[in-house]
Amino acid sequence: MSWEQALPMIFLGLMGLSMLVYVALDGYDLGVGMLLPRASDAQKDVMIASIGPFWDANETWLVLGVGILLIAFPKAHGLVLTALYLPVAAMLIGLILRGVAFDFRVKARAHHKPLWNLAFFAGSGLASVAQGYMLGRYITGFAEGPEFAVFAAAIALALPAAYVLLGASWLIMKTEGELQAQSVRWAKQAWIPVVVGMALISIATPWVSQTVRNKWFVMPEFIALLPIPLMTAVALVLARGLLNSHRVLGKLCWAPFALVIAVFILGAFGLAYSLYPYVVMDRLTLWQAASATNSLAVILVGVAIAVPAIAGYTVFAYRVFWGKATELHYG
Amino acid sequence: MDPLILARAQFAANISFHILFPTITIALGWLLFFFRWRWLKTRDEGWLASYRFWTKVFALSFALGVVSGITMSFQFGTNWPGFMERVGNIAGPLLGYEVLTAFFLEATFLGVMLFGHNRVSERMHMIATFLVAFGTTVSAFWILSLNSWMQTPTGYEIVNGEFHVRSWIEVLFNPSFPYRLAHMLLASGLTGSFLVAGVSAWQLLRGTPHKGTQRALRTGITVAAILIPVQIFVGDQHGLNTLEHQPQKIAAMEGVWQTERGAPLLLFAWPDAAAKENRYVVGIPKGASLILRHDAQAEVRGLNEFEGQHPPVAPLFFAFRLMVGVGMLMLAVSWTTVWMLRRRAWVAQQLPRAMLGVLSAMSFSGWLATLAGWYVTEIGRQPFIVYGLIRTAEVASKTPASHIALTLAAYLALYAVLIVAFISVVRYLAEHTEDSEALPAGSGQAIAQTAAAAGQGARS
Repeated sequence: MSWEQALPMIFLGLMGLSMLVYVALDGYDLGVGMLLPRASDAQKDVMIASIGPFWDANETWLVLGVGILLIAFPKAHGLVLTALYLPVAAMLIGLILRGVAFDFRVKARAHHKPLWNLAFFAGSGLASVAQGYMLGRYITGFAEGPEFAVFAAAIALALPAAYVLLGASWLIMKTEGELQAQSVRWAKQAWIPVVVGMALISIATPWVSQTVRNKWFVMPEFIALLPIPLMTAVALVLARGLLNSHRVLGKLCWAPFALVIAVFILGAFGLAYSLYPYVVMDRLTLWQAASATNSLAVILVGVAIAVPAIAGYTVFAYRVFWGKATELHYG
Repeated sequence: MDPLILARAQFAANISFHILFPTITIALGWLLFFFRWRWLKTRDEGWLASYRFWTKVFALSFALGVVSGITMSFQFGTNWPGFMERVGNIAGPLLGYEVLTAFFLEATFLGVMLFGHNRVSERMHMIATFLVAFGTTVSAFWILSLNSWMQTPTGYEIVNGEFHVRSWIEVLFNPSFPYRLAHMLLASGLTGSFLVAGVSAWQLLRGTPHKGTQRALRTGITVAAILIPVQIFVGDQHGLNTLEHQPQKIAAMEGVWQTERGAPLLLFAWPDAAAKENRYVVGIPKGASLILRHDAQAEVRGLNEFEGQHPPVAPLFFAFRLMVGVGMLMLAVSWTTVWMLRRRAWVAQQLPRAMLGVLSAMSFSGWLATLAGWYVTEIGRQPFIVYGLIRTAEVASKTPASHIALTLAAYLALYAVLIVAFISVVRYLAEHTEDSEALPAGSGQAIAQTAAAAGQGARS
């Protein structure tokens, strides 16, 4: 493979990675946001403290993902964002509400606090539903028709459920006492719609897309790919089993979160396999959509230096706030 | 309604809302770094109190800047899909480097800076504070380079309608970039310093100062008094640079309809686009020629030379006068305050109440001047998106007008609420400083106790 062909692939990989990291990291933030109304006032503070130092940087992965789409695949960028105009606007309004509510709620006068809590919840919910809907539209290459609308609507509900499961698992890891026990119950409740949603989507995707059907249901690929759904199922069942065990409140508090993250990674693998080599399903391959080689090479230098650095100081930040969440103070 | 106008209104609404907050955070980041450094050097509680108070305003501004910035990164594609298709090879890497070198840096270390004081060493915390301030400035570097390239494009070649880079150095350091970067960083410095001075003055007026209010006021107004003459000089240089590269922008700013020798400097006028002339003119004879060409008889090129290729006159004409007016006011207020402070042994509390009132009223004056300045530069580039090369109408999205109108209404409503909320919360914080005073002085032990107490509270 020549350098001209390899560069777009590298950037497709980077874009996929950024989006996956975004979904995994902001996923727990958004999940915690959606759980907020179900907690007591003191619990709300701890829940928000658990995501306080991170949400900002987590959201930056979305900027990187859409940035790479913009930089490396400008033709796809225009096509995708024009097709998703309204849900993108809905997501952005949701993310704005969530982000500002986080900061306003601790600084505004006390009787405004419930209002900002509501904005935090509504923003998280709106952003998650919009992201799910966009994913659903994207997988089918923005195909029009009632079956595609139902498909997108199903993902619009399934993705928020997955975020709630991830958020609850995050809280199991980062909190203790009553809130932690509560989070285990939340995780159990979210587990059912996640499993149903994933099963339905796995069946529906090949059903609505000829391309996906042809990629999965042929021999020997079918056998080679079997580990992906199997491992997903094992991770989900294992997570559910753990939630019943009291050890999840102690030493194994990190395990449900790790397992749900594993489910997200496996899902991303499956999705990436289904889509490749398209950037927009059935319409635009990565090579058709790519920028000039010169420009990609220039960014690659920056990526090669910056991404390891970003990974390094992200790990540093998570280590600084390692362990159970405590109340946050500006200081 | 015309979808192009709607798309422009939407992008303008978002970018105007967005720029308010980086304008604060770029400068405030460095002021916080200064407060922090003074506290480490002197161990004077006042500096720590200033740091703590302004950290909250910083965090709020930062969050508003981040969320509106994310919106912008999407609106490049939703509103101007053709822009990226045509100049993606140039704009893409510049935006990419902004994300890679600035966004992650500031966002990640912001967490450590805001909440990590009792979890990392003093030195590490200083480094985190520095990296946040540094990140905001680096971000300004990249985005202003791109904006300047759109104003004065160089270092490119066009192949099949697509732009390719010929020289990255020429793209990055295009002719208007050094001026625009300096002008914007100084604008940020003035916005931040007037905000700090103004809010501190408000606290003194309302009788709610914290231990560091006097220091903050002195720091703010001193920085402002130093920066404003520099800004006036840089602004003039920026104008001369614009005259060289975008003469029609200057013609619109000065309301010069016909090329003339010895053009007057208009203090006020009502530009009439239909008649292509100015009404109700109050001007200084030969002033524009003198300022722009440093020669009273020199020729100033008029809009008649740029038929169909010049921006609308009225918005530029008035926005420019608003910016310059606020700048002059800043000069008068900052120098008067410094002079008064000198005569009062630098005790801010001794300032006349009227002066404190004027300072408070100027709290957000930087916003006015910055917005007005950006309107001059951005509307002044019209009808082009890349000056002289691509017209804005060519790259606009094909999205139905109804969709744009709907989302525009939603954004406008949200932004209006958020601006009101931001200003009210800053005011509320300024009047309720006892919260920041009550904090333990950064000892890990004390924080741990508070947290444990809070944890028990949650359990019971």
